[in-house]
Amino acid sequence: MSKGRVWKYGDDVNTDVLFAGKYTYAALEPAEMARHALEDLDPEFAKAVKPGDVVVAGKNFGCGSSREQAAACFKYAGVAAVIAKSFARIYFRNAINLGLPVVQSVEAVDALETGDEVEVDFSAGELRTNKGTFRFAPLPEAVLGILAAGGLIEYTKQKLAAGAK
Amino acid sequence: MGQTFSEKVLGRKAGKAVRAGEVVVVAPDFYLSHDNSAAISKEFRKLGVKAVKAPGKIVIVLDHIVPAASEEYAQNHKTVREFVAEQGLPNFFDIQYGVCHQVFSEQGFALPGKLIVGSDSHTTTYGAFGAFAAGIGRTEMACLWATDEIWLRVPETVRIEFRGKFQPPVAAKDAILRIIGDNGADGADYRAVEFGGPAAGEFSLAGRMLLANMAAEFGAKNGYFEPDVTTLEWLKDRARAEFEVVRSDPDAHYEKAFSYDLTVLEPQVACPHKVDNVRPVRAVAGKRIHQALIGTCTNGRLEDLEAAARILRGGKVHPQVRALILPASAEVYRAALKTGLLEVFAEAGCVILNPGCGPCLGAHQGILAAGEVAITTSNRNFRGRMGSRDSEIYLASPATVAASALTGVITDPRTIS
Repeated sequence: MSKGRVWKYGDDVNTDVLFAGKYTYAALEPAEMARHALEDLDPEFAKAVKPGDVVVAGKNFGCGSSREQAAACFKYAGVAAVIAKSFARIYFRNAINLGLPVVQSVEAVDALETGDEVEVDFSAGELRTNKGTFRFAPLPEAVLGILAAGGLIEYTKQKLAAGAK
Repeated sequence: MGQTFSEKVLGRKAGKAVRAGEVVVVAPDFYLSHDNSAAISKEFRKLGVKAVKAPGKIVIVLDHIVPAASEEYAQNHKTVREFVAEQGLPNFFDIQYGVCHQVFSEQGFALPGKLIVGSDSHTTTYGAFGAFAAGIGRTEMACLWATDEIWLRVPETVRIEFRGKFQPPVAAKDAILRIIGDNGADGADYRAVEFGGPAAGEFSLAGRMLLANMAAEFGAKNGYFEPDVTTLEWLKDRARAEFEVVRSDPDAHYEKAFSYDLTVLEPQVACPHKVDNVRPVRAVAGKRIHQALIGTCTNGRLEDLEAAARILRGGKVHPQVRALILPASAEVYRAALKTGLLEVFAEAGCVILNPGCGPCLGAHQGILAAGEVAITTSNRNFRGRMGSRDSEIYLASPATVAASALTGVITDPRTIS
């Protein structure tokens, strides 16, 4: 379990600032997608983000489009988790389907600031930080299997293989 | 206690009675995708399955960047066409049809009581016809193609009731902007939104599509209008399948309920850079604009173009404004041609674009430079959406955008004689 540095943002971080529409059919390679992550909100983010870093934000994270690149660009940039007060529903689905962990915790978001350090322990349901330890509710059972498989593609492959036997 | 519309539709699909909060695994009736079908097909190939499970349920409309604006986009479209041919998909609509949500509806897939998912956030539009319709992502669409199965959480329901009567030029866009402004961009996150009440009939089908479309802008999973005579009449020659109207029970449980009086509503505008940053138009009147966009899947139907033409007829677009007309579909385009609306726009100095998503998502056909301001009838004003991150987007009704195009500044349409 690695310690990650926090990048903190506000409420309603939308899919256009996460990954701009002009790149949705142009930037297709993982490294290129990572380079445009969060470009219209914080142009410094993609340049300086390190694998294991954690994005912390307010309510309604990922609102807007269904574009999956808004979650994929974080995964490819090495973001270990997104911690928010709440998530827009399609973003929540996309993140899980891609195997990008999402954590809901109002208390942790209120406490954490850019530069803080966070360790996410999914099995214990704990965020251990330099501002204290915060507990979070486990994800719904229906989606845990998807995360455990490493994303929906792997999960579905396993299911299809089981069905074919 | 009775059931809501959403509980009924998802319960029928799950084969059991369900309540809000439960997660069900279901087989939708139709699934929509667009230019992203190329990316979906790549995910689909990873699954190691040769053929899609239910070809007749897949509806693909090319609309996002049409005609292709670059070699990459051209390759993207080509990949989609090849996949459609290889899999023998019967419901493919190439670039000449229009925006997916309008085309899906015109082609008779948006039907009462049906369960529809789409890899586009504005899939919620089909609730205007009494369908349960929600946006999903690409990877899950690929898996749906392979398995015809998806998990969905049964949403709680928020009810919004209307009373009174619109005072033109105040229209449906002003109502939905006010609702989003009052409730916030996450006001209905993960919830179903039912629109109804004594003045529900004030909303034409175009207005209902607009409200259900923009339900996504306050976080809703789906929007819903109860089908009425108008709905059934429109569907008569279009419906692709048998359908059954599904309604909430009179004693269904609503998490929240609001009521709006349409009579007192005035023209509204969503200011940069959030859809819930809503103010009366008069509060920002006089703000200089550079581009005016009338159309899109939000407000690009015939009555929207008529509302704009009423203001633009006989006038000239301000010389420092680029006014773009973007009909939602080819069907709308042809109707606007026959009824003389396109001539009104051309005479006024507007640029008439081919039906498609166009500049709404900032990929082509009218990108904003730094420092520029657009007023548009579309549904999102996020920073940088239509071009430079240092541009600004205001969202308003066709009447307000048309009035602003004439004057060169944001203008309350009630002040235009």
